[in-house]
Amino acid sequence: MWHFIILVGILFCAYQAVRDKRLLVSAIWLAGTSALVAIMMYLIGAYQIAVIELSVGAGLVTVLFVFAINIAGDEPIPNLSFIPKWLARIFTVMAILLIGWQLLPLLDFPINLNQDAGFQQLVWENRKADLYLQVVMIFAGVISMLRLLTDEYQTRILHKEVQE
Amino acid sequence: MNISTSMIVLIAVIGLFGVGLYCLLITRNLIRLLVGLQIMVKGAMLVLVFVGQSQGQPSLGQSMALTVIVADTIVAVVGLALAVQVKRNVGTLDIADISKLKR
Repeated sequence: MWHFIILVGILFCAYQAVRDKRLLVSAIWLAGTSALVAIMMYLIGAYQIAVIELSVGAGLVTVLFVFAINIAGDEPIPNLSFIPKWLARIFTVMAILLIGWQLLPLLDFPINLNQDAGFQQLVWENRKADLYLQVVMIFAGVISMLRLLTDEYQTRILHKEVQE
Repeated sequence: MNISTSMIVLIAVIGLFGVGLYCLLITRNLIRLLVGLQIMVKGAMLVLVFVGQSQGQPSLGQSMALTVIVADTIVAVVGLALAVQVKRNVGTLDIADISKLKR
């Protein structure tokens, strides 16, 4: 019963995030989607990832979105897409059918709630390359964040100094 | 846990993927594109965790989902930084106007 309620919540929040015209409200709906996905992960036994998703997906990313929207502003953009909406719907339905066809065999495998104790060993020892890659990505994110925080005035001063 | 739980998770995955893809196809706002991308990635994360749990390798699925969470967050940070800079320099977030820069 709880799974079904959360499923409906996830799909409703995701649809509202796409449909709402105000970007700020859209970001809040996205946070709701993240929180419900985290609960779904918790219910299927992925406790550690559920906590990480809740803190990063519903927390950090939402703060970043709200911050960026406040800086960039919520400008009204005409509701015209590059491709006709009926064509977008056809593409979406085709993609859903394709994904569904690929995922259908997984229905034969019930979810196993048993935990193996190897998560930390797998992350810290067996997948070191991924770990280093994540460190590099986090540095890239920090540099981008600094760029995001640099305002236009400082950018102009920097450009003047470079030109001189 | 039974087969119906698997079906519910898979419906969530397919639904998230579909909503995210539709958003990517119809929107012209740079920040809303990132919202669509985030929704799609949440579906991908959920399926990674689900496959790990159902195939008896929960640690592998969860560690891959962890990598996806980090990558997804960095994509959001870099994308939002780009969007803010585009707004400052071009004055719009409409990708139709931004694409005219190449002419």
